[in-house]
Amino acid sequence: MFRPRSDLPLEHDAANRFLPWLIVLIVYLAALALAGLMVLSTAASGWGRGLTDTLTVQIPPAASMASKDGVSDANSAPEARVDRALEVLRATPGVAQAKALSREELLALLEPWLGSGQFTEELSLPALIDVKLKAHSGVSLEGLAATLDAAVPGATIDDHKRWFGRLILLVRSVELIAGGIVLLVSLAAIATVIFVTRTGLAIHHDVIELLHVMGAHDAYIARQFQFQALDMGVRGGAIGFALAASTLLALGYLSARIEAMLLPSLELNASQWLALSALPFVVALISMITARVTVLRALAKLP
Amino acid sequence: MVRFQNVGMRYGLGPEILHDVSFELEPGSFHFLTGPSGAGKSTLLKLIYLASRPSHGLITLFDRDIALAERNELPALRRRIGVVFQEFRLLDHLSVMDNVALPLRVAGAKESDIRDNVAELLDWVGLSDHLQSRPATLSGGQKQRVAIARAVINRPHLLLADEPTGNVDDRIGIRLLYLIEELNKLGTTIIIATHNEALVSRFDHPEMHLSDGVLTIKRKSAQGMV
Ligand SMILES: Nc1ncnc2c1ncn2[C@@H]1O[C@H](COP(=O)(O)OP(=O)(O)OP(=O)(O)O)[C@@H](O)[C@H]1O
Ligand SMILES: [Mg+2]
Repeated sequence: MFRPRSDLPLEHDAANRFLPWLIVLIVYLAALALAGLMVLSTAASGWGRGLTDTLTVQIPPAASMASKDGVSDANSAPEARVDRALEVLRATPGVAQAKALSREELLALLEPWLGSGQFTEELSLPALIDVKLKAHSGVSLEGLAATLDAAVPGATIDDHKRWFGRLILLVRSVELIAGGIVLLVSLAAIATVIFVTRTGLAIHHDVIELLHVMGAHDAYIARQFQFQALDMGVRGGAIGFALAASTLLALGYLSARIEAMLLPSLELNASQWLALSALPFVVALISMITARVTVLRALAKLP
Repeated sequence: MVRFQNVGMRYGLGPEILHDVSFELEPGSFHFLTGPSGAGKSTLLKLIYLASRPSHGLITLFDRDIALAERNELPALRRRIGVVFQEFRLLDHLSVMDNVALPLRVAGAKESDIRDNVAELLDWVGLSDHLQSRPATLSGGQKQRVAIARAVINRPHLLLADEPTGNVDDRIGIRLLYLIEELNKLGTTIIIATHNEALVSRFDHPEMHLSDGVLTIKRKSAQGMV
């Protein structure tokens, strides 16, 4: 495809017939790893926004409190408990806003798990209060938790930071692994091309020596190998990319149907697709350069 | 054109095959290179066409000391030399035409020029019916002529032929030598390695004789004198 007329029957070498399939595999794996990397980076930066400086206060339903403490407080009507918590929160310096979620909002949050049937009417739900802190408020979470618990027994604070921190750690590790895979896979591509090129040099040693003696420049001989490698890289890369793209589209379609709230979107945006589609060309280019360098180094040893 | 001064040659750690060989070839000269099998004829030619380097001594090619030549000057020197290899070294995956065209392609000639030149030369050596044949389908004598055609397609200044008559009977051998003589008359310097003494004696050219690694030059008549 990209090869000019050649003096060496490289395309008939066994190694040269397998290489494109190895490249297919390599590009396929690299593309998936790279796509995973990009999806995770997008998702992680999305999560980061809006989670800092927010708290959720959770107030358990009165019934469970009563059974736990063995006492029934006249003041323990759910609305009263929420109001008391709101009072405490609003009195705390550093809190910008505190707002209780309505039962409808709660049910909406739970709908993906519980559905919207009749029985949810009777469900006793914890009350949730969304709290926004002022930037750099320096609110002591331990102190606030103690005050709240005293005013409304059983109230707990969830700052999303710990959970978020762990999530980010997970994402970063997965990113690192994906990056590692991309790196290893590139090294595998380079090693494969070096191996195939060396094999070709050995098989065609006589022809190469003949061309050399006829006065061929090293670049003339290297060109034959490098275009062979480019050709294989482009063909293998295109097939590998096509396979990876179908896999990614299928995954994106499935994840869109699942509608899971916590799952990040598995769809790539246009610029990410563009970056991904450069992969086969990058691999082809790496193959070509590797073949050229390998041949030139071998030729330098001829008299 | 070619000058050897005290050239010695051994392969790796093996025995010395050429001892202190010295000679000088004038442009346009014609020499036979004779000697028993294993005497080092092919080795001497390899040194001239720069396929190996001497263990010691000085080789001057086209007024260039090859030990001092830069690596990127060598292709140009090599292109001025045509070689007919003892074992032909034709490429079996290429047609006769492409085999002969190889030196032109290596030198970067235009495809349009290549076709006509190659066809004309193959006609001259009597192979115009075999332009698209594969070397494997040719007889020994036909291969020999392809090899000669390939060696001269680039109009070399120096033609080295290693046993160019080795695979043909004397009648064809003499015809091939006449062919080479024609080139010599056009100015090409010639060295022909052969052990065919009968053939050598039919021509009037000086003989470089290799025996036990020592080179002696025998002149037959005043004409061949250098
Ligand atoms: N590549 C090589 N490595 C090691 N030894 C070699 C090599 N080529 C040739 N020789 C040795 O060098 C000696 C001379 O070989 P060469 O081929 O030059 O002889 P020749 O005169 O051309 O013989 P012939 O008439 O049979 O072609 C031989 O003893 C041979 O074994
Ligand atoms: Mg020989």
